[in-house]
Amino acid sequence: MAVIPVSRKPLTFAERTYIPQILGGLRITFARMIKPAETMEYPEQRPEIPKNYRGVPTLVKDPNGREKCVSCQLCEFVCPPKAIRITPGEIAPDSPTAHVEKAPQAFDIDMLRCIYCGLCQEVCPEEAIFLQNQYSMTGLTRAEMVNHKDRLYELGGTLPDQHHKWDKKKAAEEHGSAAH
Amino acid sequence: MDFFFQLPLWIQGAVKGLAVIAVLFPLAAACSMAERKISAWIQGRPGPNRTVVPWLAGIPIIIPFLQRLGVFQLAADGGKFVFKEDVVPGHVNKLYFIAAPILAMIPALSTITIVPFGAYFDSAGQLVPLVLANVDIGLLAVLAISSLGVYSVILAGWASNSKYPFLGSIRASAQLISYELSMTLSVLPVFLWVNAPGGQGTLSLFAVVQAQSGTGFFNGLWLGIWMPVSAFIFLVALFAETNRQPFDMAESEADLVGGFHTEYGAFKWSLFFVAEYAHMIVGSGVFTLLFLGGWNPLPWIPLTRVVHGLSHWISFAGHPLFMGVLGVLIFLGKVGFFIFFFMWIRWTLPRFRYDQIMKLGWQKLLPLAIGNLVFYALLIALIQK
Repeated sequence: MAVIPVSRKPLTFAERTYIPQILGGLRITFARMIKPAETMEYPEQRPEIPKNYRGVPTLVKDPNGREKCVSCQLCEFVCPPKAIRITPGEIAPDSPTAHVEKAPQAFDIDMLRCIYCGLCQEVCPEEAIFLQNQYSMTGLTRAEMVNHKDRLYELGGTLPDQHHKWDKKKAAEEHGSAAH
Repeated sequence: MDFFFQLPLWIQGAVKGLAVIAVLFPLAAACSMAERKISAWIQGRPGPNRTVVPWLAGIPIIIPFLQRLGVFQLAADGGKFVFKEDVVPGHVNKLYFIAAPILAMIPALSTITIVPFGAYFDSAGQLVPLVLANVDIGLLAVLAISSLGVYSVILAGWASNSKYPFLGSIRASAQLISYELSMTLSVLPVFLWVNAPGGQGTLSLFAVVQAQSGTGFFNGLWLGIWMPVSAFIFLVALFAETNRQPFDMAESEADLVGGFHTEYGAFKWSLFFVAEYAHMIVGSGVFTLLFLGGWNPLPWIPLTRVVHGLSHWISFAGHPLFMGVLGVLIFLGKVGFFIFFFMWIRWTLPRFRYDQIMKLGWQKLLPLAIGNLVFYALLIALIQK
């Protein structure tokens, strides 16, 4: 490595008195003082959440209002901190989506355990669980910090579905492969 | 008014003293909020802006404005300091530990008695200063009493029986003693100038302001313009004497936790805090009186002339009360600017190292002050010959 000698200029008299530098500093701080504050005042002003933000995990419905989760329990299995607990249940035979066969009877995510890793979203074959832009979870008790199924759907809402997998499956059953 | 002047003299004195303390104490507390707000603005933050008294919250405009300014935060902090548990650590020397904050308050509140803050014409047409004690000893008393503050620092550091407070108090006391020399030497030219040869000598601050409130060239000239080096040395020494950044040796929270008041909490700590701001207010006041013409609005335009001019236009301007209030307001405005300047410097400059402070004090400021004194002594001798 080459050594580059840097000549250091001796300080001038004005610099050695500190005064021009102090005045310069005062000018900078005064200019800063009359500018508006940079702070975002949190509860009233909220930051814009970027796309693909990994917030609280939620369950979503498809545009037809069908709950997408089929309680395969892959997310429960993959969840590293074991925050998810699913009780599988049947879909009533008279339901229009009876051919999906299964839906969760209970779906609990313990937000005191969740580490927001997003593995549940990644593993879900039904695209039913998403980490969305909710970032602030508070509660006064441990019980409050467990999101039950209805709360999960309330947080998740409806997301657009590109596949409508189960509708296509039903159509194929009824009309043969011509439907594809 | 007549009723007041018929009271015994000691009651009059006590009432005036309590009135000044009742202004100075909250003002010093308000400075702490000003400090927090100014530091916030300089750092691009809004500062304390949430606290509000619940049953006032509904009033529009004025209450939200005060809330944004953090006025209620000040009351909340004050209340907290009073009602908080006042811990005395087990390893301290209890008597001196408790005496130290009280000793800090005594000089801080005593010096204000000597500082005049306005003037008015009495019924005999005589100009009377608004001051608790207009004594000839004046500035000497301010310097003497305020330097007693060093005892509270030493006592607090020693009684805490803990290494960081001890180091902090040793540093701070060395610094206070070092800069007192330059401070005293820097004001000597002022009094050489004020006391004409042959006349009666005085150290009174009122006399200094009188020497700046004429209309002639030298008579109306503010001493800050006439003796800028004196003013500069006095200001730098004032920063050191009040333990303000960049001479923050007493506190140096980065290397000494909190300096001499590390072991203090609750009300005792707040007394130190208020004493520091009271020192700042009195110091700014003394600087204003010595170098910035006291209660005169502008150089060569004294307050008496302004009031005289106004009395042609406004009927009540001739009243002594009007002149007194106007003078106090002008004086407080200048003091307020200097308090802002103290804070402005604090949030601009980093702290000096201890050896730099000693070097600056003994090797730079002291020779400069002596040279300045000799220069002005010769110059004044030539002018007043």
